[in-house]
Order: sequence, then structure tokens, then C-alpha cells
Amino acid sequence: MSHTFTLDGKVIPFVDGQTIIQAASAAGVFIPHLCYHPEFKPHGSCKLCTVKVNGRHTASCTMRAAPGMVVESETEEINAERRALTQMLFVEGNHFCPSCEKSGNCQLQATAYHLGMMSPHYDHFFPNRAVDASHPEVLLDFNRCILCSLCVRASRDVDGKNVFGLSGRGIKTHLIVNAKSGQLADTDFTLDDKAAQVCPVGVILKKRRGFAVPIGERKFDKAPISETADTTEGR
Amino acid sequence: MTDKKKLKVATTSLAGCFGCHMSFLDIDERLFTLLEHIEFDRSPLTDIKTCSPDCDIGIIEGGLCNAENVHVLREFRKNCKILIAMGACAINGGLPAQRNHLPLTTILEEVYHTSPGLANGMIPNDPELPLPLNQVHPIHEVVKIDYFIPGCPPSGDAIWKVLTDLLAGKEPTLEHGLMHYD
Repeated sequence: MSHTFTLDGKVIPFVDGQTIIQAASAAGVFIPHLCYHPEFKPHGSCKLCTVKVNGRHTASCTMRAAPGMVVESETEEINAERRALTQMLFVEGNHFCPSCEKSGNCQLQATAYHLGMMSPHYDHFFPNRAVDASHPEVLLDFNRCILCSLCVRASRDVDGKNVFGLSGRGIKTHLIVNAKSGQLADTDFTLDDKAAQVCPVGVILKKRRGFAVPIGERKFDKAPISETADTTEGR
Repeated sequence: MTDKKKLKVATTSLAGCFGCHMSFLDIDERLFTLLEHIEFDRSPLTDIKTCSPDCDIGIIEGGLCNAENVHVLREFRKNCKILIAMGACAINGGLPAQRNHLPLTTILEEVYHTSPGLANGMIPNDPELPLPLNQVHPIHEVVKIDYFIPGCPPSGDAIWKVLTDLLAGKEPTLEHGLMHYD
């Protein structure tokens, strides 16, 4: 059964069961997001996809579309809130774009560009997080983790391996590797895993690929994220 | 030429590599157009050592890695109506801030004592040398910054866009292609 709602005044068709972001995406309308991935069950944690539905804030990745909804997304108010969330993600980790292999292919960076983020605004945490270079093919740089849980979901739900997990609570939440040593080399993780493909930032990096594509010629250098149909894989 | 009084612009590089200043020079012949509207005050380009008290715009490259950087930044804030952070290091500490997870003593020990090839090294302690800070900080953590030009370095075009927006009395914006963090 097909119905419609409006998103920033545009009529968006949807079918029963679709969330707002799924229907918007199918209609070619971009809603900023980081923890949402079309192939996975929504997590609803990053809140970047927050929209106003009939005047109330809600995550568009978890809210099912309903007939006649009035949804606002690209407003100055909502984008200011999204920008503040993005700034908090930047200061909580160590996001040094000039030395990051993912720069130009990074959803966090591209989203910050989309939101016109000119500065991180807040005081930096400069956390001390070790990297895990134990695996022969993949490097883990936890400094850039934004806790989207996509690798957790991919490894658990697609690969059936449960290699990753989020541990701790609140500000102490962090990504862990499910091995007694805590090292990726001591898991059955491989380059073919779905979990190796889904990281939106520069945590899970294929070794020896770093700057194969030069900075300036990468996915979001060519077009803004709002005009990039597939935002999920950039490397 | 305009009859209006020229704006006084001061610039400096703190814990930076001068790459942003090089990029500033990359506006090339547009410098002549700019000089119809501004004059340089304290800047590596003029070699003037202190800010006039009536500067209109201060442009800061680099973050804060030692006490002198903080002193210079405060001098700029005191004397400039508008302060602009230019480049990644001023905005988030950049490359120098990647030492922030290491204790300062460990770094000094390694650089001056334990690295291979060092004989009888000593950690410099001349009173003329500014003391390093425990961590490198972005400049907005110490003084109010009015505008930011991201990039490592920002392109000459991005710097030009922000300056011309400001000269035109507009809120500076950088569209896709000019907005870069790398």
C-alpha cells in the first residue's frame, strides 16, 4: 500500500514499514546520518538523522513513516543541532584529518562539510587510545571511533563472528575486540568480512592501501555527501 | 582605489609550519586587490614585531605548544577586533597535538637523551627558550576566535573567500571544494 508524507515541503512516497530515512533515501533526498546503514537494522544512537515530525524531534532512522506526516530536516535549527553533535564527536576522539588515510572518504568529515562545520567549537579531550596493528591485513585506529556500532552489527549479524563489541557506559563507552588478548590478530576476522567494509570513519583500515588514491581525488572530494548516492563505502 | 581607511591586518604563525602563510601567498595577484583594502601590521610579511593597538583583523596560524605562543595569541586578541584561526593546527592542534597522549618528559628524554646517535645530550634549559606546554591546544580553547578557515593548509582560494566575505560585511562561508580539513 503506497502513501505519502512531506519532507521539507516535498511529497515523499513510502510503503508500509519503511522508516522516514528509508523513504527519503528512495526518493533521492539526503538526511545526514552516521550510524544508519541501509543494510542493517537501525541503531538510533548518533542522532544525526534527527528530524522534526509534526513539530517533535525524532530519529528518522527508527521512526516509521506514516501518511500525512509533516517532516522538517534541512532547517537552520536542526542543522545547528546536528553540527553541535558532530563537533562533539570531533573533540571526543582524535580526528586529525590531514594524517588520516580515510580523509576524503570519511562520512564524519563529509557530514561536517555538509553541515558547514568551520571549527570543533568545544574543548578537545585528546584521549589516549592505542592502535591495534596486530592483524596482518587490517589496522584498527581507535582514536577515530564514533561508536556507530556498524562493525559490531556487521560482524554479529552478517559475518556471524562477533569480533567487535561496545563496552563500558556513557562517556566511557569504547570499542573492543572480542579476544582474550583484545587483539584483532587473535580473532577469525578477515578482509572479506562485512565488518571490514562498513566503518564510516578511519578506524578499520586495510593495510598497504593508505594513499593509493591521492587526497583531493576521493569520493567526497568529487561531490558532497548530499549528492553521493552510496555514502557507505569509500575505499 | 577606495577612499575608505584601509583595514589593518596582523598575522602570525604559532605552533605551525608556515604552510598556511605560504597558502595565503597563493592568492597570487589578488594580493594587489587585497592591498587596496588592507595594510599589513605585525606579520612575518612585514617583520613588524608587535601589534598596533588598533588592528582590525588578526590571522593566526598554528596552535599553542609553548608559553610564548599563548603570550602572542593574547597580544593578538587584545589588539585585533576580529581574530581568524587559519588552518588545522590553529583549529584543533593539528600535527603538533599528536604528541598530546605522551608525557612531555618522555618526549624530551627521547629527543635529547635516548634516541640513537645522541651523545651526552642535554635537555635545553636556556631561560630565553619558552617553556613547552604539557599539551598542544587549539587557540579557541584560550581566547575567543571569531572565524575559522579549516584546511591543511586551507587553499589560497579558501583564504581569499573568507577575507573577501569579511571585507564585504558578510558571514564567511566555504562551499564544497573550498571546505577541506585535509
